[in-house]
Amino acid sequence: MLKKILSVLLVVMLVAGLAACGQQAQPTGPDQSTPTQSTPSESTQPKKNEGKLVVGFAQIGQESGWRDAETWSILNAAEEMGVDLKFSDGQQKQENQIKAIRTFIQQGVDVIGVAPVVETGWETVFKEAKEAGIPIVLVDRRAAVSEDLYATFIGSDFILEGQNACKEMARLLNGKGNIVELQGTVGASAATDRMKGFAEELKNYPDMKIIASQSGDFTRAKGKEVMEAFLKAYPGEIHGVYAHNDDMALGAIEAIKDAGLKPGVDIKIVSIDGVKAIFEAMVAGEANVTVECNPLLGPQFFQVCKDLKEGKEVPKWVKSEEGIYRQETAAEDIKNRKY
Amino acid sequence: MKKLTRNQIFWPLVALIVLLIYNAFFAKNFFKISVVDGHLYGNLIDILKNFAPLALLSIGMTLVIATGGVDISVGSVVAISGAIACSIIDGRLGIFNHSLVSALVSALLSGLACGLWNGFLVAKVKIQPMVATLILLTAGRGIAQLITKGKIVTINSAPMMKEYYFIGAGYLLGLPFALYIVIAFLFLVLLLVKRTAFGLFLQSLGINSKSSMLSGINVDRIKLVVYTISGFLASIAGILISSNIKGADCNNAGLFIELDAILSVAIGGNSLNGGKFMVQASIVGALFVQCLTTTVYALGVPPEAISLLKAIVIIVLCLFQSDSFRQRVFKGFKRSVKGADAA
Repeated sequence: MLKKILSVLLVVMLVAGLAACGQQAQPTGPDQSTPTQSTPSESTQPKKNEGKLVVGFAQIGQESGWRDAETWSILNAAEEMGVDLKFSDGQQKQENQIKAIRTFIQQGVDVIGVAPVVETGWETVFKEAKEAGIPIVLVDRRAAVSEDLYATFIGSDFILEGQNACKEMARLLNGKGNIVELQGTVGASAATDRMKGFAEELKNYPDMKIIASQSGDFTRAKGKEVMEAFLKAYPGEIHGVYAHNDDMALGAIEAIKDAGLKPGVDIKIVSIDGVKAIFEAMVAGEANVTVECNPLLGPQFFQVCKDLKEGKEVPKWVKSEEGIYRQETAAEDIKNRKY
Repeated sequence: MKKLTRNQIFWPLVALIVLLIYNAFFAKNFFKISVVDGHLYGNLIDILKNFAPLALLSIGMTLVIATGGVDISVGSVVAISGAIACSIIDGRLGIFNHSLVSALVSALLSGLACGLWNGFLVAKVKIQPMVATLILLTAGRGIAQLITKGKIVTINSAPMMKEYYFIGAGYLLGLPFALYIVIAFLFLVLLLVKRTAFGLFLQSLGINSKSSMLSGINVDRIKLVVYTISGFLASIAGILISSNIKGADCNNAGLFIELDAILSVAIGGNSLNGGKFMVQASIVGALFVQCLTTTVYALGVPPEAISLLKAIVIIVLCLFQSDSFRQRVFKGFKRSVKGADAA
């Protein structure tokens, strides 16, 4: 008897659940031809400003001070602009990010933002998003997929950053000397392009050369460990360190100090990003130049999301505004640093 | 000679020596040791400094594995303890601001608590060790991020920074301070397993848990103690790692280090099924793992190839440790020699 009642109850619940799912699934719609329309109701035209903008953002994780600043900017901007943001921390793993994107698709968000932890392996999940009619916005890192799979890329020109870093290094070393390079995570576009840009520009300075290059995984601990090994393999031969991010440079600074040398004087330090800790190091005279890579992309990101929802044309690459900061002015600049 | 090769520590030591000999020929300045700022300076010293966290973890892991279990949560415990210590040193936790002693004590207590939790799940609730410690592996980094509010804590300008930095990167009598910590805990643990009945019970528990219980050994208590030791040592490792970079980086501190710790135990020739174990051999294993990392940097191996190279070295090493593999290879060799004689 009890069993019968239970089974009836279960069936009722199941049906109710299915009905609820069906209702929820409707607004996302099966409209595949126009990926910018995420709220097609009966009319083919999307209603402008209908309801809140719902955005899913798959962040890489908390890998550096730079990324912390970006996360902060996105959370902050979402609050200010009244966006319903679903934020996911991928803990540096691609599979977590892919899972997050799949969840966003199921939740039927308007736009999905993602900062891809590595370049490759995104085709399948981006296709799923496209089939669900949800545009993908790549933020600060690119993915190796065909252009029709994402709506736009917001971020820096990593190659230009690499070139600028090389010019600054040439200025510091008077165009002559040995450089060691601390690369980012193998396979990340930031690492690949910053390496490429620096190498391209380096051709203009025949007396400068990279004598060693190794991955420091964008982290302070690895940056320090790799720099320790470099200092032993090339004692007295290193004139400059080029680090693909500030955190690795900060690790390298510790290694150089432990070796009894003066970072910023004996060995020049050029890095990319512009986090607050590197400004502190520059004020202390331990670092020389940071090429900014602006992480405060929140406002720009949600503007693009809005445009996409309203069906406006968005360029394939929205570049962020960036500068170069040197030791000489660091004491002044640090006052304006938010991250 | 046979007695020597039968000794568990023999093969890991041979591997380490072979690696060092290789470096003597192919890695530039690998053995050069000079004096900088009153302490020894060189690749070998770096290895001794950087292997300390892994060595501590592998001591704990050896004991856990001897019971037939495994503790995969140590990496997360590393993150938690570093987060707590650095947050207090930087004065952003709200309590015990800037106090070095309370930073260390709180971090160590967190490790004890994590270890007790693992031990409780394994010994009392009887959850399989891999699953029980998986809980903390996943949750631990989240806890660490809650403590640091999702940010990297940098303690560059904190008042007790120099003292804290000394623990992980300072030098005492010319050698890294971290090395003394490893030696001290190795000594303590050896005392525990060699000079008390605990080691014997531990071993019998790993060989046959049921018959140990029937012969009156309190199996649950031994398991609880072993996981607690592992958690405690992990928290010390967390202090060393965060101190070395003057900051707590919750996502990357101790990431995948549990795998390296298990690897160190395996390279040390300990059976992952439990039973007989040798803590010193695991330390040699940890030394080998760190030495391999430093070698890779010193040789200038392209970053894309590092993982593969390490994998190959480790496969070869494990093959040579396997008795049946050695017998087969050397037998085959002997047979072919005989064949040549006959011809």
